[in-house]
Amino acid sequence: MIRPSIKGQRLVALFLMGFLLLNYPLLNLFAGSGHVLGIPVLYAYVFAVWALLIGLMALVIEKRED
Amino acid sequence: MLTAPIIVIASFAYVGLLFAIAYYGDKRADEGRSIIANPYIYALSLAVYCTAWTFYGSVGRAATSGIGFLPIYLGPTLMAALWWYVMLKIIRISKQNRITSIADFIASRYGKSQMVGGLVTIIAVIGIIPYIALQLKAISNTFLIVLDYPEVAMPHKQSAPLFLGDNTFYIAMLLAAFAILFGTRHLDATERHEGLVAAIAFESLVKLLAFIAVGLFVTFWMYDGFGDIFHRAQEVAQLTPLLTEGGNYATWASLTFLSMAAIMFLPRQWQVTVVENVDERHLNTAIWLFPLYLLAINVFVLPIAFGGLLHFPSGSVDADTFVLTLPISEQAPWLALFAFIGGLSAATGMVIVETIALSTMVCNDLVMPVLLRMKGLRLTARRDLSGLLLGIRRGAIVLILVLGYLYFGLAGEAYALVSIGLISFSLVAQFAPAIIGGIFWKGGTRTGTVYGLAAGFLVWLYTLLLPSFAKSGWLPINFLSQGMFGVDLLKPQQLFGLEGLDDITHCLFWSMLANIGCYVAVSLAKGPSAAEHGQATVFVDALRQSGATAGPRLWRGSASVNDLLALLGRFLGPERAREAFESYARDRGARAIESLAADASLVHHVESLLAGAIGSASARVMVASVVEEEPLGLDEVMNIIDEASQVLAYSRQLEQKSRELEAATNELRGANQRLQELDRLKDDFISTVTHELRTPLTSIRAFSEILNDNPRLEDGQRAKFLSIIIKESERLTRLINQVLDLAKIESGNAEWHTSDIDLREVIEDSVTAVSQLFKDGNIALTVQLPRQTPQIVADRDRLMQVMLNLLSNAAKFCERPDGKVTASLERQGDFLRVDVTDNGIGISPADQAVIFDKFRQAGDTLTQKPKGSGLGLAISRQIIDHFGGRLWVESQPGAGSKFSFTLPVKAGSELQQGFGT
Repeated sequence: MIRPSIKGQRLVALFLMGFLLLNYPLLNLFAGSGHVLGIPVLYAYVFAVWALLIGLMALVIEKRED
Repeated sequence: MLTAPIIVIASFAYVGLLFAIAYYGDKRADEGRSIIANPYIYALSLAVYCTAWTFYGSVGRAATSGIGFLPIYLGPTLMAALWWYVMLKIIRISKQNRITSIADFIASRYGKSQMVGGLVTIIAVIGIIPYIALQLKAISNTFLIVLDYPEVAMPHKQSAPLFLGDNTFYIAMLLAAFAILFGTRHLDATERHEGLVAAIAFESLVKLLAFIAVGLFVTFWMYDGFGDIFHRAQEVAQLTPLLTEGGNYATWASLTFLSMAAIMFLPRQWQVTVVENVDERHLNTAIWLFPLYLLAINVFVLPIAFGGLLHFPSGSVDADTFVLTLPISEQAPWLALFAFIGGLSAATGMVIVETIALSTMVCNDLVMPVLLRMKGLRLTARRDLSGLLLGIRRGAIVLILVLGYLYFGLAGEAYALVSIGLISFSLVAQFAPAIIGGIFWKGGTRTGTVYGLAAGFLVWLYTLLLPSFAKSGWLPINFLSQGMFGVDLLKPQQLFGLEGLDDITHCLFWSMLANIGCYVAVSLAKGPSAAEHGQATVFVDALRQSGATAGPRLWRGSASVNDLLALLGRFLGPERAREAFESYARDRGARAIESLAADASLVHHVESLLAGAIGSASARVMVASVVEEEPLGLDEVMNIIDEASQVLAYSRQLEQKSRELEAATNELRGANQRLQELDRLKDDFISTVTHELRTPLTSIRAFSEILNDNPRLEDGQRAKFLSIIIKESERLTRLINQVLDLAKIESGNAEWHTSDIDLREVIEDSVTAVSQLFKDGNIALTVQLPRQTPQIVADRDRLMQVMLNLLSNAAKFCERPDGKVTASLERQGDFLRVDVTDNGIGISPADQAVIFDKFRQAGDTLTQKPKGSGLGLAISRQIIDHFGGRLWVESQPGAGSKFSFTLPVKAGSELQQGFGT
């Protein structure tokens, strides 16, 4: 099984990105009373980052390296 | 309409369906057509992470802390991104070493230590039994709630007696039966259970669909979508903080960390992720698909939580039950039943996998090592232990479920049960340093691990478990407020005065500090032993080496194939053992088991097969019982590691030596050939000399006898015979002189009277000496000499000898009417060259090569009368060589010959003017 290490490195970068985006202090920037489409901005932010993270992980994993 | 019989029948029908799926999965696996060998089933099976705690508890937690419930699912998502490095390595190590549990993994990593394995097992069991109790409680509670349909009522503490009077007990036993049936059907070295995985994947699907169904019902049926719920919630004052605050960020971070550890090291996660993994490529898809599942099951948590809070504003309904109570209060019986089944599937999935994983650990790392050590049981002498192993595991499953049930019955509504999910996570996180350190750091040691685990466990016990007992009223509550022995600094939840953290974060900080600190410090203090170093290399370098090279190098000893086969047969059963050996033999290209060699590789193979059945530590003990293993010192391990480079150096040296040897051999062979040649030449010489001497002797003797026997011979006749005798005697004398001469020259003992001489004189004198011979033969002799030549340094008599030899030879082979011989002298650079040319019979090329050898003459000596001794040219060449010249011949058969020699001019000599000076 060929495992190009660039994929692993991208995933580690995603981990770091996710860890930063989903923790203090960045998280605190979105703790407020605003709304996005009727959803509290904090909830919207966390779920959006989460979904983005999963999407990027899928992209990194499933992308074919030719 | 939702009566007790319907609910019970639905529950049992659901569990029956699980049995059917598991049975089908096992059947397909036996046929070799796996239904779980795809990444989607694998990712779904990982969702066993979501238990009843997720299904019901997430909503409950969201109702009190808003989005604070989420780190439990964000952590696994983040961790999944690191699986590419971490989990792949763990899976590969486990497959290479046939590791079947987390206890086995840690024990195997740290020198296959039974003590480490036992410790990990004990910690895991202590941490997990309350967790199982939590699942049983969820089943029991929700059953009672759904039974009250259409009323929404919170169940009270059970008054019914434990065990037989309590339906939860039957549920527990049903789950035990399932685990036993599909988890311990037979002993397998890989410990994989395809039917079980199929059932778990199905359960994951059911609980996801059930939760989403309830979520859609609440969000879009009861309310007008997400915005509506959040908008209404905002208008309730006490709910506003839940919508806008992230909560305590330290708690947030520590929960993220805990769940990152839990997704790897919970025994059930280990079981489905590592042990049940069919193909490590499935991990790729799971890395994003499993987080997607977590996202999907969490989307409706907040709407349900706020929907519930808005719907039951009085706080009369426990938020943990919203998933069930909201459909009930809206009179949706089938949805309520579906939600109940969803919760049931979340709880049963966890209980089944967890008990199987724990039973493997209890059997392999706790019970078997003890039993094998008890010499009185004579287990090592029993022929077939596979039945015993299965029995222990089945017993362990029942025991764990009974313990979980007892804990549930005794703890009941206590705080100890409610918070147990995170308490379990905190304990499981104690495995992280030993495992993560173990696969990336070679320096971790067995002692360091034992100290680290024990320290982490004790801190966890003191700061988290005992306080939960105190809050449940099982310990005096002032233990919390005043600390142990009334010492303020020892207050379990403000240890050493550390305040401002919640209890989980507080415990996590101190336990990790103790755990990692001890692990690293103790490991560094002493350093790994040889066995630990060997295992460390196998684990840390797992992705670098191929499976075949792992392990067997680090072993020396002797064993017999039959002993190993018998040993394996005792644990796997004789037939399975024989099959395993036969497939090993096939892989090795051996025809039969009997032709296998009991080498390190076979011993390692047997040990890894055994490790699958009884754990690596016990496997090592068992293999050691039939193998005479020589202990491996640290130095030797280091030597083995250094071996590669040494071997390389040695081989280079060896190559060099062998080249030198080859050169020497060639020289010797050459010398030997020359010696043999010389020896042969000497033999030839002696035989030739003897032959040459005998010819004249024979004729002298013959004529002497004639004269002796015939006194009356005529005078004429007598004179003729006498002259022959004289001539032959002269020839004999000449021959002997020449032989002696040659011998002297060759041995370097000849006397040389060198002086400055004029070569022209030598030629003139020689021509004069042989002139009569030429006249007799009627051969014309021409001499061509330059007017002046430089002097040379040579022995005049010897040069005369050469000239006479060449001239007389020319006369001999030129006896015909128009015979003509020319002797000429000319200067060629620093050399003088003399040519003696005749127009005689010539010499064939073959003869040209040999005429300068001793006793060799041109022509066939057998049929023709020899015309000389055959030594003349040999002596001539020796003489010319001696004075630094060269003698050679050019000839065409039938066209005459030209003998030539050169001699160096005397350095600095003046040209000799004139002739005869």
